[in-house]
Amino acid sequence: MNKLWLIVKREYLIRVKKKSFILATLLTPIGIGALMIGAGFLAESSSKSDQRVLIKDDSGIVKSSVIKKSQMVMDFTDQPLDSLTKNYVKDGYDMALYIPAFTDLSNKKHAVKYFSEKKPGMAVIKEIERKVESSFKDHKIKSSEIDRDVYDSFAISVDMEDGSLKDSESDGKVSIMLGTAFGMIMGFLMYMVILVYGMMVMRSVMEEKINRISEVMISSVKPFYLMLGKVLGVGLVGLTQVAIWIVLIPVIMLIVQSVMGIDPQAAQMEQIAAVAQETDGFNIAEIFREVKAMNWVMIIPAFLAFFFGGYFMYSAIFAAIGSAIGDDMQEGQTLMLPVMLPIIIGFMMLQGVIRNPNGSMAVIGSMIPLISPIIMPARLAFDPPIWQVLLSIAILILTCVFFAWIAGRIYRVGILMYGKKVNFRELSKWIFYKG
Amino acid sequence: MNVLSLRNVTKIYQNHTAVNNVSFDVPQGSIFGLLGPNGAGKTSLIRMITMITGIDQGEIKLNGQNLNQNMILDIGYLPEERGLYKKMKVGEQLMYLAQLRGLTKQEAKHDINEWLEKFDADTWWNKNVEELSKGMQQKIQFIATVIHKPKLLILDEPFTGLDPLNTNLIKEEIFKMNRNGASIIFSTHRMEQVEEICKDIVLINNGALVLEGEMNAVKQQFKENKYRIEFDGTLPSHLKQDSFTIDRDDENGLVIQVLPGHDSNEFLQSLIQEGIHINSFQEILPSLNDIFIKKVNNKI
Repeated sequence: MNKLWLIVKREYLIRVKKKSFILATLLTPIGIGALMIGAGFLAESSSKSDQRVLIKDDSGIVKSSVIKKSQMVMDFTDQPLDSLTKNYVKDGYDMALYIPAFTDLSNKKHAVKYFSEKKPGMAVIKEIERKVESSFKDHKIKSSEIDRDVYDSFAISVDMEDGSLKDSESDGKVSIMLGTAFGMIMGFLMYMVILVYGMMVMRSVMEEKINRISEVMISSVKPFYLMLGKVLGVGLVGLTQVAIWIVLIPVIMLIVQSVMGIDPQAAQMEQIAAVAQETDGFNIAEIFREVKAMNWVMIIPAFLAFFFGGYFMYSAIFAAIGSAIGDDMQEGQTLMLPVMLPIIIGFMMLQGVIRNPNGSMAVIGSMIPLISPIIMPARLAFDPPIWQVLLSIAILILTCVFFAWIAGRIYRVGILMYGKKVNFRELSKWIFYKG
Repeated sequence: MNVLSLRNVTKIYQNHTAVNNVSFDVPQGSIFGLLGPNGAGKTSLIRMITMITGIDQGEIKLNGQNLNQNMILDIGYLPEERGLYKKMKVGEQLMYLAQLRGLTKQEAKHDINEWLEKFDADTWWNKNVEELSKGMQQKIQFIATVIHKPKLLILDEPFTGLDPLNTNLIKEEIFKMNRNGASIIFSTHRMEQVEEICKDIVLINNGALVLEGEMNAVKQQFKENKYRIEFDGTLPSHLKQDSFTIDRDDENGLVIQVLPGHDSNEFLQSLIQEGIHINSFQEILPSLNDIFIKKVNNKI
């Protein structure tokens, strides 16, 4: 036990003390901050349009209605269409718009033509469409002699609310949105952890083999302990890094928010939460209340279980592969591909799972141990049935034990084996080699 | 009393037998040569003794007891395939290996400093291993092998990569440890080193034991009745050569081989009778190298 501790300590300290670790740990949150500032600016600037549009309105409807103020410059002209299309650029406009006459009030479609040298963005087209539509709608209402108030009273908004919540509580959409965000973050985190730290274990085993230190080591430590110590040490490095990020990233986001005066999250949240599209915005207090109301007692231990389980399972496999390939990276790739496949499949399933966190794909995915460490953490914020969480963890633990055993068997042969072409058939033979 | 006893030890890998029914004893306090050509099974044998791999058949006893994991610290092993963590500092590395071999932090620090001083390496503590020359790394490797004062030291080609000066330095330390009670198994292809260092040897070929015994006894066993003689003048041509043949004739003298059924005294007497003045007469024992080559090539 003492030896295992020594190995874990060495594997941990040697990495944590490295300059590259310190840099990566500190630069990643800063990078994310920079990315968010960029995304914030982009989101802001894409919502504004400084396009100049010259309009020939034969219907007279848009011209006579009051167009809401916007960044977009909209001027009207009476010149003939062919001279308009020839001259709008010369006159300093980005786009010309032709609105044909509108005679039949019962028409439900009306084609408006635009002319532009550069292809306009979707946002610009949508904005103009919205404006023209609203002018036409007003015109139709006026012409039909329906009272505007009566018409307005037809509008109704239906809100889906969580029936299990009390009236004083929010409608649950914020929690769905937060769950989606959490799900994405957790799923992605797991994917990263497995890949980055699993590879780290593999490289470290390869290095030991290439440096020919394996035999020196296992003349005083059992190979299984050497592998276990390495896996645990690197795992702790991962945990340290993730923990630092969990603290640093929100801090940097807060700083970005307060110093730059922009809300970097706003743009992202919009993207993440398709569910939240129609809501009229959340206030911070509500978000905080929802974050507090999440079932952290279940989420934190369960996340840690999947973090360690998923990492342990994959890094044991990566350690075994590292021991088998030594310095032949090319050979390693053919061995790694089948291991990477479930990780990638799990990651691809992630979006579907978040869209329907209690659907059959999510439930089945949670029970398959090779992908459950990515799928299940993504579901945690959606209050999955506790039995599913526990069953998923139990299956994962059993699989971990199984893979640790297999990896240990391969490792003990692999680290002493040089110059042998290794494939899966060979590896499976190693599992059954006697001591 | 034997420090190590092997009885009918066999190791089988998939489709070949690496070690086949090998038995021998290593006497307590001896420097023991484990010889054999490449691929003879030496490393497989050593890996079983050091418990890196298991034994398929037979038994190995250390100090009269069957091998078990508790004995791992009684053995110090310098493998032929050796290396160090390149990015680690010398001091950290030795501390790590020493603690893995059961030393406390204080003991480790004290003993490592002592060794580094002995090897004129007391300024190396904070150097990265990759900064050291190959010879320097070998010294660190040696320290790591012996730091826990093992009762049985197994050295596989310990002098590879060392210059004569450092070879002597390490050789001296090996002798010193032997005088202090450690038994040493020395595995090498360098026969002149074995002759110089070892008292007992075994020779393994194709996984099986082909020769075993005390160095001089082995040489006696393989001697070819050859003698070197130095004398004044030349050998009279009428001297009968039915009791000997001339093996070599050079300016320093003659090498003769006494034929079976005769002995060296007959030859000496005939020279004395001829009034030849003899300066020296010495039996030539076969070198271990000759024995090794002949035995491995199955010429004996």
